[in-house]
Amino acid sequence: MYRVPRHRSSAAEELEVIAPSKLAIENVSKRFKGASGEVLALDSVSLNVAESEFVCLVGASGCGKSTLLNIIAGLEKPDSGTVQADGKPITGPGRERLVMFQEPALFPWLTVFGNVLFGLKLKPNLTNKDRHEVAKYYLELVGLSRFERANIHELSGGMKQRVSLARALAPNPRVLLMDEPFAALDALTREQLYGDLQRIWKARKKTIVFVTHNVREAACLGDRVIVFSPRPGRIRDEFAVNLPRPRDINSVDLAVHSTEIMKALKSHSQPEVAIAE
Amino acid sequence: MKRFLLAALFFAVLLLIWEALFRAKIWSPVLLPSPKQVAVYLESAAADGTLVKAIVVTMRRLLIGYIIGVVVGLPLGLLTARWKVLQDTLGTLALGLQTLPSVCWVPLALLWFGQTEAAMLFVVVMGTLWSVVIATETGVRNVPPIYSRAALTMGSKRLHMWFKVILPAALPFIVSGMKQGWAFAWRSLMAAEIFVTILTGFGLGQLLHYGRELNAMEQVIGIMIIIVVIGLLADKIFFSPIERFLHRRWGTSQA
Repeated sequence: MYRVPRHRSSAAEELEVIAPSKLAIENVSKRFKGASGEVLALDSVSLNVAESEFVCLVGASGCGKSTLLNIIAGLEKPDSGTVQADGKPITGPGRERLVMFQEPALFPWLTVFGNVLFGLKLKPNLTNKDRHEVAKYYLELVGLSRFERANIHELSGGMKQRVSLARALAPNPRVLLMDEPFAALDALTREQLYGDLQRIWKARKKTIVFVTHNVREAACLGDRVIVFSPRPGRIRDEFAVNLPRPRDINSVDLAVHSTEIMKALKSHSQPEVAIAE
Repeated sequence: MKRFLLAALFFAVLLLIWEALFRAKIWSPVLLPSPKQVAVYLESAAADGTLVKAIVVTMRRLLIGYIIGVVVGLPLGLLTARWKVLQDTLGTLALGLQTLPSVCWVPLALLWFGQTEAAMLFVVVMGTLWSVVIATETGVRNVPPIYSRAALTMGSKRLHMWFKVILPAALPFIVSGMKQGWAFAWRSLMAAEIFVTILTGFGLGQLLHYGRELNAMEQVIGIMIIIVVIGLLADKIFFSPIERFLHRRWGTSQA
């Protein structure tokens, strides 16, 4: 008789680049009841995202792009339609698909290191030593090794988002969902993060769905840019951006693409407030 | 060091003023004893053991009652925050009873429990409990939903969510509630001890009471000083370090 040892993954295994997911969204609709009656946030939206593809969702506020992201995350359920990751329906949140929010959702009662460790501690079959090693790796990746003992309130906005990125990457998800993660940052910090995000995406090969209202940002980051229109939230257009990477947000080629996308976006969006005659 | 010296100087000046008032003989020495008389009383009370015994009796009542209050109050607060039904019922009750000065429980406690330790304990628990319930409930309700959403995506559920996300996020509220509960419990216990004599143990309040009965002003003032010092120590040793930690972590204003 001999006992089969329980599988323990090592830090090295944990740090391996794992296969990114493919997402299939079909005819997804979602309604919200608000003060001014029912709003159709998503109206039969269908979208396929390939493995390790970087897809950006752009649109005016209220077009349902964040709702779609939350549905992919499993934080909200669609009223109708199906959402699948690698052929399996998404029934709830899971660490295969991690979210980075606009406001940093970092936990103020933990240090920087504690925050990155949070998701890893929820992963079974790892020793604490391995978890620490993995957390250190990701802090290094986002360039914040020196700040692992810092408290969250001591960080700048850009640093907070770097920690959020490290925290989302640490449990090695197959999909990274980003909800306007750079919207609150200043332009200079944002540009740095565009570069870092592209570098990290290349190194870690994640499938990324990135929500933004900044068209230029979408053109800079995405392989594909999906244009949403509000009330009801629908997909109106999509653009493939075939520029070489890493891309510079200030390049002229990029401007050509973003102008085109912007034109499409404007043509699909009604003005915010209709002026009464 | 500079701050310490300044504080020491301040209290030295207070003592000097007191001594000067005593020497001026404005009031009868029966009403205003000198600092020295108070010191002599404290010394003799410390030497014959009455002081230490009284402190032990009082602190035991306070600590046991306080711990019961916190241990019961925390989960009640969590449950109240979790279920609307409990918020409307238990939450309202807690809010009402918290506004009741806890010394008002003394007559009821005496009738229910008689002149026993249980009566004292009951008053302390009532002083602590409702503050802790309300602070915990408020704290949990004020946790930004984004924390639990982020934790959900990372695989946190039920108990893990409560212990690793909701409770720590609510900690600043809970600690201030615990501090308030401590203050309420301390005040109500002193009132109860002055009010009723309990034969199983003479606490500081009883010493204060007998000081009055015997017209021994040096005893009254001496015990009052002890009560103040205990209150200060509790704050400096127990609450201040926790609050400093919270300020450092959360980056809230420096206390």
